[in-house]
Amino acid sequence: MASNLFDRLLWCLVVMAGLVASARAAEPSTAWEVPVVALSCSGCHAPVVATGGLIPQLAGGNRDDLIAAMQAFRLGQRPATVMDRIAKGFTDQEVRMIADWYAGQR
Amino acid sequence: MKSLDRRHFLQAMAAASTVAGCMPAPTVFAPRTAPKVVVVGGGFAGASLARALRRTDPAIAVTLVEAGSSYTACPFSNLVIAGLRDISQQRFTYQSIAASGIDVVCGMATGVDAEARLLSLADGTRLPYDRLVLAPGITMRWESLPGYDEKASELMPHAWHAGSQTLLLRKQLEAMEDGGLVVLTVPANPYRCPPGPYERASLIASYLKQKKPKSKLLILDAKDDFSKRRLFQKAWSALYPGLIEWVPLSQGGKVIAVDSQTNIVVTDFARYQAQVANVIPPQKAGSIADLSGVADRSGWCPVHPETFESKLQKGIHVIGDAALTGAIPKSAFAANAEAKICALAISRLLRGETPASPKLINSCYSLAAPDFGFSITGIYQPNDGQFAEIAGSGGVSPLDAPPSIRRAEAEIARVWFQTITAEIFA
Repeated sequence: MASNLFDRLLWCLVVMAGLVASARAAEPSTAWEVPVVALSCSGCHAPVVATGGLIPQLAGGNRDDLIAAMQAFRLGQRPATVMDRIAKGFTDQEVRMIADWYAGQR
Repeated sequence: MKSLDRRHFLQAMAAASTVAGCMPAPTVFAPRTAPKVVVVGGGFAGASLARALRRTDPAIAVTLVEAGSSYTACPFSNLVIAGLRDISQQRFTYQSIAASGIDVVCGMATGVDAEARLLSLADGTRLPYDRLVLAPGITMRWESLPGYDEKASELMPHAWHAGSQTLLLRKQLEAMEDGGLVVLTVPANPYRCPPGPYERASLIASYLKQKKPKSKLLILDAKDDFSKRRLFQKAWSALYPGLIEWVPLSQGGKVIAVDSQTNIVVTDFARYQAQVANVIPPQKAGSIADLSGVADRSGWCPVHPETFESKLQKGIHVIGDAALTGAIPKSAFAANAEAKICALAISRLLRGETPASPKLINSCYSLAAPDFGFSITGIYQPNDGQFAEIAGSGGVSPLDAPPSIRRAEAEIARVWFQTITAEIFA
């Protein structure tokens, strides 16, 4: 319940901020608070596009699942085409930032 | 000049308009209202940047300058050359970009006044900016390969800009008799899409194998190694035995001249009579890079990795194939990633904040056949003023992988293309 209330408060703040800043807004702002390390993940996992098939949509996904998947990719414990190679380029902290951001999309 | 609020500014402008008709806005007021970012080039880099900036900060006025009314994408255009895809699937318009609130200007950029922060277009328009982003892609170094100029490319297509050149090469392959020799020439590094020539060789071979099986394909290369070489060569032996011959630099592969009238390709050691000659010439950054002083003697544009701001001109950023970034290859995937990093950096710079240090992924697929794909990936971060690859990460697809993995990578390549083009153009 507490988190629900927090969500609503946050939503109000977001809406108010949006009203103030929306003079030119034609589409929703999605990247404003994006951690810069997550940006090029979106080359495949684009939050503004409905990706399909073999490239999963991460936006709105579960944060802990994403972190676990990245750890498994890095350790070679999860079947992969490219993600085993990519996961090795990111630290635990970066993976948490990326997962937080994707979980917060949508 | 004290701060002038938007309403007073608009009133002043309205008054000015009454007196002098349609007057351009005085640039000195621009930063007080909406910061202006002008982007030159509507390809993967420039169009991605315009979209990303709009999504990042809708308060920034974004103008996209592009000479063409539509864009023809290079990734997957090798399938068009092989007759396996229609060119219409490569074409994208700027309608959705314009509808998203970006001012799309159809014009050719001809010069930059970096002091006054003004971009000039061929029709005389002058666009003021707070930040300028140049994404001009590549242009051919017509002077560097004797016999090969723009006119010669109408007979010996490069097809390294997608569009009419792609269709010309397709037409020539279709018209060729069975038993003909196709010669594909590859320049030294750096050039757009490092594995692209070898994907093209593969897909042309897949066409020849089916329709003109007595034909041969010769690759004359100015290098001794290339991206995903072992993967390509293994695929060629398995899929097209005896059809493709690769001549590296050390075995006389460097082309020193061509004759477009006779379709002859010359190296230090031999003259090859081609039926179809696909000459991929040496390249450099698109012409506005030279005109604006952001290109160095290499012909490419050195940039600071955190912001993609030019090392030679303040207030001008360069992204995509034109940029000299260090280790990042010139790919559409990288161009899109650079655009997003640059957009975020610009939005922070315009608010007086410091951009964060980025990490950049490149993930680049090649097709050895329509259902046979593999990839190279790299993760990069700033190191000593340029991007360096992060040790222990990235790399190429395994050399020994079952057909199911090759099929999956070919499918992922298709989904990637749909995703990235939808993100940019839809």
